[in-house]
Formats: sequence, structure tokens, C-alpha cells
Amino acid sequence: MKKYTKDFLISLYTTMYKIRNFEEQAIKLYRDGLIRGYFHPYLGEEAIATGVCAAMDSHDYITSTHRGHGHCLAWGADLKRMFSEVLGRENGYCKGLGGSMHIADYTKNNLGANGIVGSGVPIAVGAALGISIRNEKHMVSTFISDGGSGIGSFLEGLNLASAWKLPVLFVIENNQYAVSTPIEESTGETELYKRGIGFGVESIRIDGNDVIEVYKTAKSFADRCKNGQGPFLMECITFRKSGHHVNDPGLYLPKEKLEHFKLHDPLIIGKKHLTSSAGLSEAEISEIEKQAMAEIMEAIDFAVKSPEMSEEKFLKFVEEY
Amino acid sequence: MVKDVLIEKREIMYRDALNEALKEEMARDDKVFIMGEGIAQRGGSYKVTVGLLEQFGKKRVFDTPISENGFTGAGIGAALTGMRPVVEILFIDFTMLILDQLINQAAKFRFMSGDTASVPLVLRTQGGVGNGLAAQHSQSLEALFYHIPGLKVVMPSTPYDAKGLLKAAIRCDDPVIFIEHKLLYMNKGEVPGGEYIIPLGQADIKRTGTDLTIIAWSGMVPKVMQAAEILAKEGISAEVVDPRSLVPLDKMTIINSVKKTEHVLIVQEAARRGGVGSDISSIIQEEAFDYIDSPVKILGGLNTPCPFNLNLEKVVIPQVEDIIRAAKEVIYAV
Ligand SMILES: Cc1ncc(C[n+]2csc(CCOP(=O)(O)OP(=O)(O)O)c2C)c(N)n1
Ligand SMILES: [Mg+2]
Repeated sequence: MKKYTKDFLISLYTTMYKIRNFEEQAIKLYRDGLIRGYFHPYLGEEAIATGVCAAMDSHDYITSTHRGHGHCLAWGADLKRMFSEVLGRENGYCKGLGGSMHIADYTKNNLGANGIVGSGVPIAVGAALGISIRNEKHMVSTFISDGGSGIGSFLEGLNLASAWKLPVLFVIENNQYAVSTPIEESTGETELYKRGIGFGVESIRIDGNDVIEVYKTAKSFADRCKNGQGPFLMECITFRKSGHHVNDPGLYLPKEKLEHFKLHDPLIIGKKHLTSSAGLSEAEISEIEKQAMAEIMEAIDFAVKSPEMSEEKFLKFVEEY
Repeated sequence: MVKDVLIEKREIMYRDALNEALKEEMARDDKVFIMGEGIAQRGGSYKVTVGLLEQFGKKRVFDTPISENGFTGAGIGAALTGMRPVVEILFIDFTMLILDQLINQAAKFRFMSGDTASVPLVLRTQGGVGNGLAAQHSQSLEALFYHIPGLKVVMPSTPYDAKGLLKAAIRCDDPVIFIEHKLLYMNKGEVPGGEYIIPLGQADIKRTGTDLTIIAWSGMVPKVMQAAEILAKEGISAEVVDPRSLVPLDKMTIINSVKKTEHVLIVQEAARRGGVGSDISSIIQEEAFDYIDSPVKILGGLNTPCPFNLNLEKVVIPQVEDIIRAAKEVIYAV
């Protein structure tokens, strides 16, 4: 295995840890009635966003899904503005008008979470089209899950990117469920990377819970995208640690799978990399965790105290609609 | 109409009334089947389809992949060839993905075929503002479908109407878009135990009154009823007319009420611009101009997407106080 620097391994782990705890703290805020509406946690899938985004740079773009907090954070979002957004506050990335399902940072090339399954995919293709027309050496990653891989937007987007040879990395987060529907019930071909092959796109299936494996794959594809060899597709096998959204207890998720993925957890695997490859001690790791947690708590404090947009300001904002 | 067939008095929820309609129609006609996302084992996001799988089996009650355009098209194809599908689209916002199948295909076959084909399809969906569901899950889009010749548009506001209208929709030989409201599912109301049908195109007077006519449908009806209650205490007698189906529209009932009260307020949750309210208003001006005493007023949603923030969400759609204020404006022509 290629040797990664200690700092790099720490940064991957820190990102995953922040995503995990962003979600867990936000769920508490939800239970306290401070967050409303749909809230889809990225629990158990942290390695995918983390590994993919680490393989990209700030001139690239991402499009996300309804389960978008992980992508947003891994892309480098500020925790204060993230919490503010999911709490509907004016300091949020979208001034509290978008919320969890529409969190985005267009100023920094995060083209956003999306409330419509699959709809981010053609938008990613369009961003790549612009890159290609401008002759830039950038690329776009678009995230989708197993359920979304059956929708026209995804399949059409895949074909367009293939036909036009665009620098797009399609990332299928195969968590094996679309709400309560297991993947076997929604397609006759459950090896989803084969969809890419069917469209002439080089595609691979990997363990989506191992951040190093995700990073390695994404890095090679991202670099090749920038050399004009795209598009590519990576199917990352993972599992949702909880229900579809905060109000879904997820009782349909099979026990054996939950048990398996409880041990095969992105954070446990990430921690192993820290101890075995980077030689960190347990104490050093808990220090890293403590710092990350302090940042999260500070961000929550900031967000909870933040104002909401006033009615007057809102009416002014929508005047021309 | 068949209200006198009341066998037993009981109150059930809107979602259970819909569930009964589906069960009764599926038992009556084995060509009726139902598909949608999470509707089988899980019984649907709003529990409307609970128990159907157990009773009718997986050939007639099944989950679809997230392929709205595809499975709606499949429903249309099945309808064209003798079946009576009920297709569920989770949110009306997602019907934007099926517009070709619904508008270019389903709505046109009877006409294009010279009346040799028909599409007896019911597309069940739900719309309206919920609680913090934001811009892509809160829309009221009935005007888009209202505009399309060849589609019927039904929007029940009570459990009683929901059941009777869904049964009529399933028996209808043309495509019906049946729009429920996400905040109505748990509302309770009287629903008789026996079988009844409410024909499409029959408005219901939800409350009789003499001073003004308030026209509203779907999620706005309970709010308008509350407003009417308060107005009554202030000496203003409002008549509340719920068209129940927008296509076909029961113009008669509307016009008769307007002739009686001479004042009209139309309340719609949808954005004000280009809404169904505007069309109803124009019908009233054409057909009852001589009877109205003040301009027809439309109280609609703001012309804006729905914000996530809960306080602002309340700002964008009519609230009870807004309805009361608007009613007074109409009466006193201020
Ligand atoms: C076009 C569309 N259809 C349906 C939905 C409702 N919905 C939201 S998430 C979801 C399941 C998505 O499953 P998957 O793509 O596997 O993503 P995951 O939740 O597993 O991340 C559904 C059906 C939607 N938002 N958009
Ligand atoms: Mg999934």
C-alpha cells in the first residue's frame, strides 16, 4: 500500500468524525424540536464523501443528493454555516431558505444537495460541459445512491457524459436501500457499476467504507478526468446505519447487515489506518476527536444563537419573483 | 347526494377513507391495481395503502423503483389495454418528471384516436406546504394540470369527499390526477360505513351563508372554515364552496352561491399568479357580473418558492387571519 502522510490520514479521519458527529448532534437538535422537515443523515457512509472530496481540488465541482451533509462537510464547508442552515438561520449557506435538503455553496463549487432524486446528475454533466468548452483541467463528481441509479436523469446523464467524453466521476453510494426498498427489488442487475460499462464508461466496484480505498480510486479517476480521459464511475458498497430520515426507525433493515456494518464501520476502519499506517496512539486519536467535537459544539452554539431572516427582508427578497 | 344512505355514524381519518376507497374498488374490480414507491409492505409514506398488499397480493400491489416517468408510462400503457391502474407519485413536485407521459400521452389518447382509445388511470399524489419541507416538497401545482385538456383534476378536502371521489376517479374512463394534501391525512371526519360515490364535477357547500361566498379547495378548506366561524361571530355570514374537482368544475353551484351573496373571495394555497383562482374569477365575471357587488378577490400564495424557515413558510401561504382580513375587504369593498 502506498504510504500516505500522517497529516493526510488524520485529515481524512477528522472529516469522517465531523460528519458522524454533525449528524448525531443535528439529530439531537431535531428531537429537541429545533430542526424540522426532512433530515437524511449520512451515518455509516462517511468514507465515501470524505475519500472522493479529498481526491479533488477547489476548482472542481460536486453535486450531491437529499443525503447531502456529508458531501457538504467533506467539500470543506464551515460547520457554523452548516448548522445555521439546517436550523433555518440567516447565517446559513442558503440564508435558511434551503435547509437540509438544499444545502449548497455555489460560491465554492458545491452545486448542492437536491430534493429530487437524480436531478443533480445532469447538472453535474452540465458543469463538466462548461469545463470542457473552456478547456480547463477540472472535473466534477456527482453523487447518487442505488435508488437513484434507476432514474432517467442518472442514465441520461451517464450517456451524455460518455458521448461527450466529459470529466465526470459518477459516484454510486450503494447503501442497498431506497427508503425501505432493497436493491434486489428495484433492479434485475444489482451490480450497479455495470450500468457504467453498458454506456462505455470505465467503472469499478469498491468497498465504500474504507476511506483509503475510496480515496485511491477517486484520485486515479479524478486525475484521469483532468487528462481528458473521463468519464468514470465508481460504485461504493456501504450501508445506512439508521432509517431513511430522522423519523424513520428503519425497522426493515436486516439485523445481519446492521451487525456486519456496525463492525465494518468507516470510522473504525479509518481509526485502524491511523494506528497501523500513521502510528498514532489511542490518546492522540482521542485528542483529535476532542478538538473536532469542540468545533462542533461551538458551531451549534453559534447557530442556535443566530437570527432568522426577517419577514420584511424576505418579502423584499421575493419581490421580483 | 347519497348522504341519506348513512348506515352508521363514524369518524375516520382522511388517509383511512382513501384506504377504504382503494380496498373497495380493488375488491369490486380485479383490473384495479396499484403501484408506487414504498406503497406495498410499508403501506405508503402517509399510510394510505396499508393492508392492500396482504389483501390483494403482490401482483396488484407493488413497489416501483425510483423511475417515475417509466412507471407512470407503464401505468398508462396498462390503462390503454384494459387495466385500471392507480399510480402513486409521492409528492406532486415529482410529477414534474412525468409530464410527457401524463400530458403528451395520457391526456391525448382519447382525442387523438378519434375516441377509440381511453386511459382509465388514476394518478394519486399529494401537494401543499407541510412543516419545513422546503421548495421542492411544498408546491401546489394544480394549475399546471388544470390547464391541460384531457385531464381531470380532483382535490378533496375531507375524509368523506376523499373516499367518494377516489372511488369515482377509479371508475372514470379518463386520466384523473387526484391531489391529496399532506396536512389533511390525519384529519378526521364523518364517513358512512356503506358504499357511496361522489361524482366528479359536483361542488359541495361546506357552510351556508348569505354575505359572501368563499371558494376554496384542498388544504385551504379547513382554514377557510375556521375563518368563517370567526367571521360569523363578528356578524359576517360566509358561504364556503368547495369545488372538490377543478376539472370538471361545477360552475352552477359557484354561480348560484355568488348570485345569492353578491360577494366573492377565492382562497388558494398555490402561488397567486396564473392560478386556478384566476380562472374561476374570470368565469364569475363572465357569468354573474351583474350580480356581484364588489370586485372578486383572490387570496393566493405569494409568487415565490416555499422557504425552509418555518416562520417564513407561514408568510407565503394564506393563514386564517389573512382570510378574515380579505373577507372583510370584499364585504366592505375597502
Ligand atoms: C424523483 C424523486 N422520487 C422520489 C423521491 C422521494 N425519495 C427521496 S429519497 C428516496 C430514496 C432514495 O434512495 P437512494 O437513491 O438509494 O438514496 P439513499 O436514500 O439510499 O441515499 C426517495 C424515494 C424524490 N425525492 N425524488
Ligand atoms: Mg440507497
